[in-house]
Amino acid sequence: MTNNKGCRELNVDPQHSSYTFEQKLVPPNNLVVESEELLKNGYRLGLVSAQDYGEIKYISYVFLAGNPDRRVEIIVELNPKKSEVPSLGSLSFSAGRFEREFFDLFGIVPLTHPFLRPLVFHGNWPINWHPMAYNATQPKFDDEGTYEFPFVEVSGDGIFEIPVGPVHAGLIEPGHFRFSVVGETIVKMKARLWFLHRGIEKSFEGKTIEGALELSERISGDSAVGHSLAFSLAVEDYLNIKVDENEQLQRARLLELERIYNHVSDIGALCNDVGYGVANAYAQILKEDLLNFNASLTGHRLLRNCADYCRNNRLDDFNISQIKDFTDKFEDLINLIENNSSVLDRFVGTATLSLDDTKTLGVLGVVAKGSSLPSDARYSHPFAFKTPGVTPTTEESGDVFSRYRVRVNEVRESFQFVKDPHQGFALDSNSNFKNNKNIKQCGIGIVEGWRGTIVSRVELNSDNTIKRYKIVDPSFLNWPALSVALKDTIVPDFPLANKSFNLSYSGNDL
Amino acid sequence: MTVFSFTTSLLQLIFILACAPLLNGIMLKLKARAERRVGPPIFQTFFDLAKLFKKERLRSQNASIFSALAPVVLISSTVVVIIVSPILSTQELFKTSGDLFAIVFILLVGSLMIALLGLDPGTPFGGLGSSRAMTISSLSEPALLVSIVAISIQAKSTNLSTIVSANLSHPIWLVSPPHLLAIFALLIVIFAEAGRIPVDNPATHLELTMIYEAMILESSGEDLALIKLGEFMRFTLLLLIVANLFFPFGIDTQANWIQLILSSGISLIKLTILGSLVTLLEVTQAKLRLFRVPELLAGAFVLAVLAVISEFVA
Repeated sequence: MTNNKGCRELNVDPQHSSYTFEQKLVPPNNLVVESEELLKNGYRLGLVSAQDYGEIKYISYVFLAGNPDRRVEIIVELNPKKSEVPSLGSLSFSAGRFEREFFDLFGIVPLTHPFLRPLVFHGNWPINWHPMAYNATQPKFDDEGTYEFPFVEVSGDGIFEIPVGPVHAGLIEPGHFRFSVVGETIVKMKARLWFLHRGIEKSFEGKTIEGALELSERISGDSAVGHSLAFSLAVEDYLNIKVDENEQLQRARLLELERIYNHVSDIGALCNDVGYGVANAYAQILKEDLLNFNASLTGHRLLRNCADYCRNNRLDDFNISQIKDFTDKFEDLINLIENNSSVLDRFVGTATLSLDDTKTLGVLGVVAKGSSLPSDARYSHPFAFKTPGVTPTTEESGDVFSRYRVRVNEVRESFQFVKDPHQGFALDSNSNFKNNKNIKQCGIGIVEGWRGTIVSRVELNSDNTIKRYKIVDPSFLNWPALSVALKDTIVPDFPLANKSFNLSYSGNDL
Repeated sequence: MTVFSFTTSLLQLIFILACAPLLNGIMLKLKARAERRVGPPIFQTFFDLAKLFKKERLRSQNASIFSALAPVVLISSTVVVIIVSPILSTQELFKTSGDLFAIVFILLVGSLMIALLGLDPGTPFGGLGSSRAMTISSLSEPALLVSIVAISIQAKSTNLSTIVSANLSHPIWLVSPPHLLAIFALLIVIFAEAGRIPVDNPATHLELTMIYEAMILESSGEDLALIKLGEFMRFTLLLLIVANLFFPFGIDTQANWIQLILSSGISLIKLTILGSLVTLLEVTQAKLRLFRVPELLAGAFVLAVLAVISEFVA
C-alpha cells in the first residue's frame, strides 16, 4: 500500500510477534561446522559474547534469521586454564571482528584467525592486560605505548598519507583516519577508533535492573531509546515477562520518534557538508522543534527515562496537528533539497557500496538499505508490530543519495506510524514462545535503532542484578564498510561519505 | 603624477581598506539571515581583524622565510593593484600603469605566495590546499586572459583606465555580446580565485574539503590577520574592477573633486549589490565536487573565447 507521498504505510499484522529460540552446547571442534551450517541457512552472526566467570568461561554465538524470527545460540565452553577457541573468521567477516574484540578484552585466542591483530587495544595498554578478564586489575598506563601498532603503508609513485584526527575540527567523537591517496583519489582509508574505551559492559555488572536501564540510555547518547529498549527486551526475555500490548506500542512509537529526529538532523548535516547551509539551518530548526516535542511528551529531549511514560500511557496525550505540522515542514525541507540540482549532483554516485560488499561485511541498517539489502529488525525481529510480506524501504544505487533517500522514506513512514499506531493493530497475547533455555539462561533483545539493528544479550544473577551484558551497536559492524565505500572516492568527498554513514563512535567503543 | 591622481590613489586605498571588512560583514550578515540566524554585527570583521593583530603569532618549526613573506607580499601586491586601478577615478597615477595583464600577474604573485605558504609548514592539509589552489588557478588563468583580450579589443587598449573611459563614452559597448560574455567569464574566474561557493566554501571547518582555508590553516596572529585582510581587499578590488567594467557610470573621469567623493558613495552601493548577489548564489548553491570545478572553468574559458570570436564576427 502506498500513500500519495509515494511511501509505504506500515501494514500492521494482527499477529503478535513470536520467535523460536534454540540453544546448543557445542564442543569447540564442532563450532566451525555448526556455524557454517547456520550461515548457509540464511542466519547471520548477530552477537558474540564472551563470559569469564573465573572457573566458568564460555562464549556464546548468537545467530539470527528473520521471517520467521529465529534465534540460535551456540555455546562453546572453554578450558579456564587455556582460553582458546576455533576461529570463524574465515566463514564470516563480522565473526573475525567479534573475535578480535574478545581477544583484546578477554584474552581469549581465536585460533586460526585469518588476520589476528588488535582492535580495541591501541598500544598503550600493557601487552597481556585484558580489561574484561576475570580478576583484571588496574594496570599502569604508559603514554609512550608498549606495543608498536603501525598502519599498513601503501607505497608507490605519488602516494602520500593524510592523517586526520583523532581530534577533529567539528563537535564529533574521536577517531583517527589515515588516508593513502594519489592526487585526490583515495587508495586506502584506515579508520582507527576505540579512543574512548569507557568500560560500559564492565559497568553493567552488578547493577540493579533500574540502574542498568539508566546506563543503557547512555551507551550512545543519540540512541537512548534504541539501547534502553534492547536492554529492556533482553531482561524481559530473560525473566519471561509479558509486556502489556499498549506499552509495546508506545515503545515502538518512542523508537520512531528517535529515528525521526536523528534522520532529520542527518539530512541537514549532509546538506551542510556540500555547502548548502540553508537546508541545514532548516533541518536543525525542525530537529529542535522535534526535540522540544519529545520533551513535552516524555519530559526529556533525548527521550531518556521513558519507561514510566510508556506505562502511564502519557504518550497518547499529544496533539495530532503537531505531527501534521512537522510532516509539512519536513516535506518543505525535502523540496528545498531535491529541487536543487547542485546538491543532488554531490550526492549521486558518491561513495558507492555494492550489494556484494554489503552482504560480505554484514552491514546493517540505513547503510545496508541504501545498498538494497533489506536489513531491518522491525520486520525480521519485530517486538511490537509485524508487517508481513513488506520489505523495508531500500534504495538501489548504494551511494550517498541512496542513504539520504532511505532516511527520507523512513522519516515519512515513522511520522505515519507515530501519528496513528493503533490503526489495525492488535496483539495476540497467546503467542507461543518456544523457549528451551536450559543450558545457560540468557535473554536476548533485538531492536532496530535508527542506525540499524542493535542486539544485546543479558545474564542476571539470582538477585536480579546484572551478571553480564553484551551490546552490539550496528556501528560495530558498519565501520569497515566505510573504508570499502571510499574506494575511488576523492578526498574532499570524504566528509560527505562519512556523514552519510554517520556511525557511532561511542556505540562502537564500549 | 598630479596631486589629483595621487589623492585618488590614496583615497582608493583607504576606501578599500574600510570597505573590504565591511563587505565581508555584510555578506556574513546576509547569509546568516538567509539561514534564519541573527548573525554577527556587520562591523564584526573589523573587531575580528583587530583581535588577530593583537594575538600571538605562532609559526611551525619547519617554517622557512616564506611563512613570514607570504602575508606581506599578499597585502603589498594587492595594494599596488589598488593604487593603479581605476576604482574611484580613471585618472592614472602613472601613464598606462593600470595595464590589465600587469594587474593580473601582480595579483598572481600574491596567490603564488599563499600557495607556498601552504607548503611551508610541511603539514598534509597545507600541501593539499596548495595543490588544489594551483590546479584551479592554472585552469582559471586562460579564461581570465582571454576575457581580458575580448574586453580590450573595442577600446583598442589593455589599459584598464582607457577601457573604462572608452566604455563610458560608448555605453552601447557595455551591452554588446562580446562584453557581456567576457564579463560572465570574468565573474566565474573571480569566484574561483576568491575561493567562494561553488568552487570553495569559506565557511567550512572540514579540513579535507578545504582549498584556501587549508593553505592558511597554520597561520595565526598578525600573519593570519594580514592574510585575511589581504583576501578581503582582493575580493573587494576584483568586484569593483568588474563593476567598473560592466557599469562604469558614476566613476570620475574629469579629475573633478566632487565627482571623486560622489564616486566613493556610488562604489559602495555597487559593492553592496554585487556582494548581495554573491551571497545569494552562495546560499542557493551547493559547493561543486572538486573534480567538476575544471568543467566550470572550462565553461568560463569557452565564454571568453566566444567573446573574442563574436568581436570579430560583429
